[in-house]
Amino acid sequence: MMEIKIVKQILAWNEDVSEEVKQLLREKNVCLVNVMGSPGAGKTSLIKKIINDLRGKFRIGVIEGDIAGQIDADTIDRMGIPVVQLQTDGACHIEAMSVQHMLPMFDLDAIDVLFVENIGNLVCPAEFNIGEDLRVAILSVPEGDDKVEKYPLMFETTDALVMNKYDMKPYFDFDDVRVETSARDLNPKIEVFRVSAKNGDGAVDFINWLSDQISRKIG
Amino acid sequence: MHELAITEGIIRAAVPEAEKHGAKRILEIRLRIGDLSGVIPECIQEYFNIASIGTIAEGAAIKVERIPAAILCRDCGYEGAIERRRVRCPECGSADIKLTAGREYYVDSLEVE
Repeated sequence: MMEIKIVKQILAWNEDVSEEVKQLLREKNVCLVNVMGSPGAGKTSLIKKIINDLRGKFRIGVIEGDIAGQIDADTIDRMGIPVVQLQTDGACHIEAMSVQHMLPMFDLDAIDVLFVENIGNLVCPAEFNIGEDLRVAILSVPEGDDKVEKYPLMFETTDALVMNKYDMKPYFDFDDVRVETSARDLNPKIEVFRVSAKNGDGAVDFINWLSDQISRKIG
Repeated sequence: MHELAITEGIIRAAVPEAEKHGAKRILEIRLRIGDLSGVIPECIQEYFNIASIGTIAEGAAIKVERIPAAILCRDCGYEGAIERRRVRCPECGSADIKLTAGREYYVDSLEVE
């Protein structure tokens, strides 16, 4: 019997690939945005809103992550935006390796910002870096105001929290201050927005922030 | 939910190291997992038993050492444990802190033969 000291990060290979993705996108001057949230939180709707508002300013591409099917990719494709559907065949999150495999399908010289719509899930996607420059976590009003406390890692590691479907607040017991306070406790640098992706209410602050972040990244 | 990715990561980290040392079999794999890492150690052994079939790690026992979260406060100099849910200095409430422990997520050592 013998003891071997190894000290190796368990997800080191994902981190390594994430760095490779980051390096390639830096060379190509592309900003990668990881969009996360529960199923039905409004990830696709928010991406559609971003496309409508920022397509005149940036050249946009989208990777749509889903466990099965290509409903979301078809929606984005109809908007005339380069989109690739990533099917995880059951996996609960996207890994850096999957993004790396998707990148050759885009003309990266003709893209300024690539949005990755992650799998609808508040748990696992937060643990896997995919080479992103920015993380956006969406929490919609009907999901409830306790979700930041229940799924802390998602909100601890994100750059922005978008409270979506904010127009539905009168119909739910949703304490937005509780959400914001618990998010800031976990993540003092977080940006918090109250938005309706569907009708555009409150979206202007978020879009302006996002636009600034992208511009800063691609110079 | 992604214990499979984790167990594959453990095998990728452990097997080549064991082989490098000429080991025929891995008996025990010791992990160090921080309280803020989001990993549920209880599930890992079950998945590991399946993912390791056919490798030299098959049948190995997974031992987990949990590491509590700790910080260094840049404002008041507090050094020590924090509550898992509030990533702030427990003494002065400052957010200008450096996490010194709690995010660990690695294979520390192996017992082989």
